[in-house]
Amino acid sequence: MSPSPASEAVYNRPNYLTADRGVRSWLTTRDHKRIGVMFLVLTAAALALGGFFALLIRIELLTPGPTIMDAMTYNRMFTLHGVVMIFLFMIPAIPGIFGNFFLPLMIGAQDVAFPRINLATVYLYLLGAAIAVYGMVHGGADTGWTFYTPYSTTTTTKVAPILLGAFVLGLGSILTGINFIVTTHTLRAPGLTWHRLPLFVWAIYATSVIQVLATPVLGMTLLLVTVENVFGFGIFDPARGGDPILFQHLFWFYSHPAVYIMVLPAMAVVSEVIQTFARKNMFGYKAVAYSSLGIAFVGFFVWGHHLFTSGQSAFDSGVFGVLSMFVGLFTAVKVFNWTATLYKGAIQVSAPFVYIVGFLFYLVFGGMTGIALATVSLDVHWQDTYFVVAHFHFVMAAGTVMAFLAALHYWWPKMFGKTYAERPALVGGFLVIFGFAATFVPQFLLGNMGMPRRYYSYPERFWPLNVASTAGASLVAIGFLIVLVNLVVSLAWGRVAGPNPWGSKGYEWNTPSPPDKENFPGTPVFTHGPHEYQEPVPAAAEVTHAA
Amino acid sequence: MNELLRQLLFLPEQGTAYARSVDQLHYFIVLTTMIGAAAVFTTLVAFVIVYRRRHAAQTTPHVEPKPIHEVLFVGVPLVLFLTWFAIGFPQYVELQTPPKDAMDVYVQGKKWMWKFAYPGGPNSTDVLRVPAGRPVRLLMTSRDVIHSFYVPAFRLKQDVVPGRYTQTWFRATAPGRHQLFCAEFCGTGHSAMLGEVVVMPAAEFDAWLADQRRGVVAAQDSAPVPSEDIDVRTSLVEQGRRLAAEYGCFKCHTVDGTQHIGPSWLDLYERRERLDGGKTVVADEGYLTRSIMDPRADVVAGFQPVMPTFQGRIPAPEVAAIVEFMKSLRTDVVRAPPSQGPVYVPVPSK
Repeated sequence: MSPSPASEAVYNRPNYLTADRGVRSWLTTRDHKRIGVMFLVLTAAALALGGFFALLIRIELLTPGPTIMDAMTYNRMFTLHGVVMIFLFMIPAIPGIFGNFFLPLMIGAQDVAFPRINLATVYLYLLGAAIAVYGMVHGGADTGWTFYTPYSTTTTTKVAPILLGAFVLGLGSILTGINFIVTTHTLRAPGLTWHRLPLFVWAIYATSVIQVLATPVLGMTLLLVTVENVFGFGIFDPARGGDPILFQHLFWFYSHPAVYIMVLPAMAVVSEVIQTFARKNMFGYKAVAYSSLGIAFVGFFVWGHHLFTSGQSAFDSGVFGVLSMFVGLFTAVKVFNWTATLYKGAIQVSAPFVYIVGFLFYLVFGGMTGIALATVSLDVHWQDTYFVVAHFHFVMAAGTVMAFLAALHYWWPKMFGKTYAERPALVGGFLVIFGFAATFVPQFLLGNMGMPRRYYSYPERFWPLNVASTAGASLVAIGFLIVLVNLVVSLAWGRVAGPNPWGSKGYEWNTPSPPDKENFPGTPVFTHGPHEYQEPVPAAAEVTHAA
Repeated sequence: MNELLRQLLFLPEQGTAYARSVDQLHYFIVLTTMIGAAAVFTTLVAFVIVYRRRHAAQTTPHVEPKPIHEVLFVGVPLVLFLTWFAIGFPQYVELQTPPKDAMDVYVQGKKWMWKFAYPGGPNSTDVLRVPAGRPVRLLMTSRDVIHSFYVPAFRLKQDVVPGRYTQTWFRATAPGRHQLFCAEFCGTGHSAMLGEVVVMPAAEFDAWLADQRRGVVAAQDSAPVPSEDIDVRTSLVEQGRRLAAEYGCFKCHTVDGTQHIGPSWLDLYERRERLDGGKTVVADEGYLTRSIMDPRADVVAGFQPVMPTFQGRIPAPEVAAIVEFMKSLRTDVVRAPPSQGPVYVPVPSK
């Protein structure tokens, strides 16, 4: 619990929050930490908006017939829920907030490689969100976030602004990825070899590679849909000479890797939190590090598993099915290594760790349902049913949310210098974790029964499980409110955290809380890997004042 | 055992031998994955309890994996995953390979109905009649956007794509009725794009098909069905009711005044309608006919322009019958006993 030597020297200097004052200093900042905080505010707002849409959907499905809205409104709601959650929350959240804030701190850098581009990503996010919100207010799209053609190119709703919004957001995503890749390659402090990099950096690096390689394909595809929708070019609509299945290939070539853009940062957080709270180095550091790259690589060759029922050839389906198993394999390697890390550890069960246990629950059970889906013949029954909905909400939504909340509670003292109250954090955490299960376990069963997704009304036999699912969703909402209030209250009334409240040996904890504007007084020199907790206790990194 | 597991997992009845074999794989995978996941998660929780932190300054040993650990971490799941795949993939290939002696039925999906055409000419809407015990191949295409033909009881799903034909097949084991869903989102009426697969004893099916070919039995497949037998050749209104059901009009239009995807037909005739552009129009025969042929020309305010055109798809006499049926739907001639649903008495035609 004692502050490390590095932070003593800078303890009384103004931190990044107090060094400059005024709105203007925030809007023009190039400080990666402030940009991280801005992303926290923006993506949290997006999470609230997407969650609001989710609750409306669940209320509508409380009865088999119309409940609170008509079919058109319902179709808009699930589209907006998907678009907001994916493009405005899950993809930018963890890299935008915690990647920005901690990647430079973890590699001993003063900032990211391109601070101005980093600031531009905030404005691209705002611009993309503004265009998308404009589209939502003026009608909203009714296509689902997947924008399947030719429905999306013939619908009368406002698809174009939503598509353009997603396009701009994608541009921001690419720039963030380039920035992180260059930063990791060029700004590592002396002594920080690749195999001494925190696993958080490895996974964020892998994420960035996917963002840079896959997002341009999404951009192209969305533009093509926009062009067809607005100008009537025949690209995907067979009535105009196009091919609707082409769209599905192009779309999933991005959107399946995008699942790993969402999950890899979550895995990044898991590695850090587990090591800190088990007070132990990662069992199989290299396996965890390289499996991130493995997921990023194989993730590019599995998109066809979204097309098992589209009419693609049995051979294609077989190849994509086998390759999908390999993504499961890399994930399994990570899970085994995380679990083995707990062996002979000294585990402190605090709020961040509880969220990580929640994450592992959803990843292990949700991941297993993913393997079942890759078993081609079972997918035929489950495709486009609530089973698939429940599967990706377990892995992608619950996974990202659990890791997001874990990261928020883990790094909150570092980011804002205050500790939150532990008891409300645990209550909120249990409500969110249990609520997610209560929401989506009934949906797995609905999928087994054969209830298709995106159904506004449904036969009566699906009714009881839908009620159960809605009840679960309300628990999640209450849990989120508790978390929000608890964290906001801590900003004003929380205890001063001190530089390292968790006793972590992660590099980023060598700074004061909140960190100094310049991160480090000099260039740190790294002499060993992160999270070494053996006797004698070595300092995580030694800071020397550069001449 | 099959029955117990099927009910535990909330799976629908097994209408084909294929469904049964898929379920066997389902049970095997669910059991192994859930045991595997539970084992991993239990180990994790056990570690959390056994190795909880006992005092604040506790240190831990440095543990590195031996090569055998990594081999097991990769090898065990790989063997399991590939085993499941090796069982599941041949089932998929079976589903993709219709037998040579299968009976062909053409399926056309469109917003928001299913049309089935049998060899020799008969066709139906939303109700697919098939013989039990014989293979049936479905050749499917869509007229507008992508739909997906999904019969949970057969564990069967195949996207129905505009501009190309996709195929699938099944062999229903026993007579019965199974629900048909559209599984690919296709717009406002997506969740109303339901149908039914009626499996008939083979002999009964042959007789039905022969009757259909002779054109003796009028198709009475879709709701609302008249309660008593009326000779369809005598009443234009009854013909209109039957045709409206056949063409799927009731997917979007109600006849009892409740609002749905399109305007209700009750009291529609000679009603003054406000249009999307602010104009008003009287819903006379001319407007009603035009709205069937060119639905997007004059859309009633508050409704989405989602109706497909029927230009060239309904012969003129049939349009006349449907319009006559609309004209018959008037509140002032409806006698509605409180205990039953509304009953409509047609206006005597002039």
